[in-house]
Amino acid sequence: MQPSGYAKLDATFAALADPTRRAILARLASGEATVNELAEPFSMSQPAISKHLKVLERAGLISRSRDAQRRPRRLEAQPLAEASEWLERYREFWEDNFQRLDALLHELQVKPRAKRTKRRHSKRTGDHQ
Amino acid sequence: MSSPTLKVEARGDREIVMTRVFDAPRRLVFEAFTKPELLKRWLTGPPGWTLAVCEVSRNVGGSIRYVWRGPAGEEMGLSGVVREITPPERMVATEKFDQSWYPGEAVGTVILTEQGGKTTLTQTIVYESREARDIVLKSPMEQGITMSYNNLAALLAQLANEKSQRSA
Repeated sequence: MQPSGYAKLDATFAALADPTRRAILARLASGEATVNELAEPFSMSQPAISKHLKVLERAGLISRSRDAQRRPRRLEAQPLAEASEWLERYREFWEDNFQRLDALLHELQVKPRAKRTKRRHSKRTGDHQ
Repeated sequence: MSSPTLKVEARGDREIVMTRVFDAPRRLVFEAFTKPELLKRWLTGPPGWTLAVCEVSRNVGGSIRYVWRGPAGEEMGLSGVVREITPPERMVATEKFDQSWYPGEAVGTVILTEQGGKTTLTQTIVYESREARDIVLKSPMEQGITMSYNNLAALLAQLANEKSQRSA
């Protein structure tokens, strides 16, 4: 991925780091809404909500509809899809490694046990002599 | 292949957190994360690749060097410095790829906890920025946000897609 791609992911994750912003996104997932409508469920001033909207807008997660009077915001799915795809690729990469680690750990636990049993056995045999 | 046990999520601005349970005591898991001869057997990356060079210092301030080699002889190197090492529970190290695709160095923290013979790995990687690194080193859990962003992101993307298909 290009550096700009990573900068964009950074902006997406940073925008998602705030619970109010996540709630706003969840609300917009069910349809566009005006600033007033978005402010309603939160005990927050309109300027405070506008600040969150600006962060989301800069991250490309929301946009404004053409309706000039109401200026409703709507969700933009693409950056979210990219963020989730990045995490999924990352997960796959590590899961491959970890499955090999599972096999190795299993082997390491079986081997020393086998050795110990053998040692104990030979010691016991030695005691008998 | 997917396993239900590996969880990967983004947390805060620049952290990626992975959690995974291993069916082994943590002493062994710690060895598998710090002994080159063991690392070479599992941290091999994509299919067809090997971990050709693996040096891991067991001392604070010591260096880490990994070189992965691909099927066509292509190489990908990573260097780092050990910041903390407390066997068998914790290791913190910096990491920077030779041809890095993100600015600055990252800091990786491996924390192992054992319960009933099983070990839970929590691996946190903080990308770039001193502030973010200091936050994760000083108070990794206080910064925790329980919500899994990747699940949220996937869900929201799906909802928005369905909606745009309906309105189209």
